[in-house]
Amino acid sequence: MSTEALASGVRAGFDLDRPWQLHPQVSVRPESFGALLYHFGTRRLSFLKSPALLTVVSSLGEAPTAREACRRANVSQAELPAYAAALETLARSQMICARAES
Amino acid sequence: MTLPLVEQFAYGLAAPICLTWELTYACNLSCVHCLSSSGRRDPRELSTAECRAVIDELERMQVFYVNIGGGEPTVRPDFWDLVDYATAHHVGVKFSTNGVKITPAVARRLAASDYVDVQISLDGATADVNDAVRGPGSYATALRAMGHLAQAGFRGFKISVVVTRHNAGQLDDFKAIADRFGAQLRLTRLRPSGRGADVWDELHPTAGQQRQLYDWLVAHGEQVLTGDSFFHLAAYGDALPGLNLCGAGRVVCLIDPVGDVYACPFAIHDSFLAGNVRGPGGFASVWRDSELFADLRRPQTGGACQSCSAYDSCRGGCMAAKFFTGLPLDGPDPECVQGHGERALAAMAGAGAPRPSGDHSHRSRRSGAVPVSIGVRPAAGGGLVTVRPPDRACDENPLAGFSPLT
Repeated sequence: MSTEALASGVRAGFDLDRPWQLHPQVSVRPESFGALLYHFGTRRLSFLKSPALLTVVSSLGEAPTAREACRRANVSQAELPAYAAALETLARSQMICARAES
Repeated sequence: MTLPLVEQFAYGLAAPICLTWELTYACNLSCVHCLSSSGRRDPRELSTAECRAVIDELERMQVFYVNIGGGEPTVRPDFWDLVDYATAHHVGVKFSTNGVKITPAVARRLAASDYVDVQISLDGATADVNDAVRGPGSYATALRAMGHLAQAGFRGFKISVVVTRHNAGQLDDFKAIADRFGAQLRLTRLRPSGRGADVWDELHPTAGQQRQLYDWLVAHGEQVLTGDSFFHLAAYGDALPGLNLCGAGRVVCLIDPVGDVYACPFAIHDSFLAGNVRGPGGFASVWRDSELFADLRRPQTGGACQSCSAYDSCRGGCMAAKFFTGLPLDGPDPECVQGHGERALAAMAGAGAPRPSGDHSHRSRRSGAVPVSIGVRPAAGGGLVTVRPPDRACDENPLAGFSPLT
C-alpha cells in the first residue's frame, strides 16, 4: 500500500462485506501447498498457503461478498480473521481487487 | 500443520517459478565471465517450431514467465516472433541483452507491451571497468539501448550487474545510472561457471567487498533486485529480500539452446543435466520425472556446514559455485562469509575443479565485438525459417522480484 493511501486513511482492515475478484492480470497455479499467483502488470509473485485459501480466492468473483466466499469454502467464524488478513495482503499487492456492486 | 514455504519449495513445485531459457549460444560479445561460454551458434539449436512447442508446453504447465538469455538472444532472426508467440500464449518474457538490437523502433514496441520486460547487462558504471569485462564499445552500446528505452517511455526496465572486484565500489554509481533512466538496478553474483571459471579468482569480490555489498543491499531493500543470488550473505545477519534457498531443480531450471535441461543457469555441466526437451514427454517430463531433480528435491544434509551456527541462514550457499571451484557440494560456499570456503580452497591448492561441459567461445579471442549473422529464408507460408539451427545469454534469475507475502 502506498504511503499516500495510508495517509488518506483509505482503510485499515479488509471489507469482507463487499464483492471482490481476482485481478484480471493475475494468473493462478495450484500447488500442493495451495497456489502460486503471478501478476503480469506488477510482475510480482505471491502465494496462497492453503488449498482452502485457494478455494476462497477462486470463488471471490462469483460470490456477492468475500464473507460469502469464505462461508462457501467452509471457513469457520474463528478462522475468519486470519482469512480476512490474508485477503487484505492480496488486495494491497493488487492480486485481488474490488468488484463493482451489482 | 503446513511447512514454512521455503521448505515447501525445497521439495519442488508442479512447474518452475523461474525458468531461464537460453535461446542461442551466438553472441556478438565475448564477456570474460560468460556463464555459458557463448560466442558461436550451436548447429543443433532448437528450431522456431521446436521453440514454439516448448512455449506451448510452458503455457500448459502455467509457467508464468521465462527469463530469456543466451548468448545474445536478439540475434536470432525469429527472436521477436518467439517473444510475440510466448506473450500470446500467456507466458511472460523477460529477456537479457547487451543492447545491440535495441533500436528506437524496438524500444517503442517493447514499451507498448505489459508482458515483456527487458534487462540490459552492464558490468561497470564506467566504460573502462565495463569494457574490460564485456569488450570494447559494450558500455556505449548498453547506454545507448537504455537511452532508447527511456525515450520510448519504458519505465522500470532492469539494469543487470554482475558484481566483481572492479565494480564493487561503484554500487552508488550504478544506482544513479538506473535512476537516470527510470530503470531498476539488479545486482547478481559472479559465478565460476562457463568462462567465469577462468576469471573467478581474480574477479570475485574480496571478503571486505562482500561485507560492504551486504550492508548496501540491506540499506536499499527491495529497491534493488538480486535474483536472490546473494543468499550466502544472509549468514552476516538478516536475510536479504527474496528466497534464501538454492532453487536448483526445485523452483529453478535452465533450458539451453539445444534443448538440454540443467538444474540451474549456473550449472551447465553433465553432472547437472536432467534431460532434453526433445525427448519423449518433453520439458514437463524432465521437470517431473528426472532422477537428478528428484535427488535435488530430497532433504539435504548440511554436511560439513551442519554444525555451523549460520547454516540455517545461508544453507551452505550456491551449489554451482561450490562445484566449479572443486568444493564438495555438502560443504561451505567458496565465498562463505565465515571464511570456511576460503580455507577449504586453500587446502585444495587449486586441484580438482571440474571444467564446464561446453565451450562455444569464438575461436579467435577477439577483444571487440564481432559480427553475428544467422541465415534465414522466407518460409512458404510467410514468416521466417531458420535454415541452420541456431547458438546463449548470460545471467537470468528465476526469482527476481519474488515477494513472499502471506
